Amino acid sequence: MTSRDPRPVALDLFRIHFPVSAVVSILHRLSGLLLFLGIPVAVYLLERSLADARGFARVQGLLATPALRLFGVLVAWAFSHHLLAGLRYLLIDLDIGVDRAAARAGAWVVSVAAVVVAVVCLARLGGLW
Amino acid sequence: MLQRLTALYLALFLVYLLAHLILSPPGSVHEWRAWVGDPLVNGAWAVFFAALLMHAWVGVRDVVMDYLGPAGLRLVVLFALGLYLFALGYWALVVLLAVAP
Repeated sequence: MTSRDPRPVALDLFRIHFPVSAVVSILHRLSGLLLFLGIPVAVYLLERSLADARGFARVQGLLATPALRLFGVLVAWAFSHHLLAGLRYLLIDLDIGVDRAAARAGAWVVSVAAVVVAVVCLARLGGLW
Repeated sequence: MLQRLTALYLALFLVYLLAHLILSPPGSVHEWRAWVGDPLVNGAWAVFFAALLMHAWVGVRDVVMDYLGPAGLRLVVLFALGLYLFALGYWALVVLLAVAP
């Protein structure tokens, strides 16, 4: 008996993957949500740091704790990715980088640059310089 | 359009803020208050929070509309998010006005 539908049904997950533009798009949304969650933290830190000398010292102390610094690296990645991916969309709005090759190249630049920023922050934390 | 305009302002302001914090980090609460209290900087912060909350609203509204099916639930969540963002805006305004000139 021959199959009516000769297409393969076993999906090789190592051979199918999202195009890089789709990954940038998903991460743009994900990083945006992460930054959204950070807004109250940012307002809190601003409020405390401006309140008085104790609050200022407390925020400095908080920002120096390893856990918060690691979280800061995550925020640095999210911010860089969100900013760069957003700029890429603005350029695409201006008809720059619309064709397939340019759009893919731009998506790679955004993804890699955001990770580079995070790694630089991590290295700075690790006291590399 | 709103999302793009606010994005541009947020990008400019945050890069300016980061540059300021890295190049001349405030050494004391007085320096810090003086900088945020400067009329121009204070106004830029106020516009920043307004732009940030509008930008966040458009973003989370799109996410909610994409992933939340039931219309009733969607409305409740959007209403709660709107209230939440307004509350954050009020809080930020109070913080800024406390050091305003």
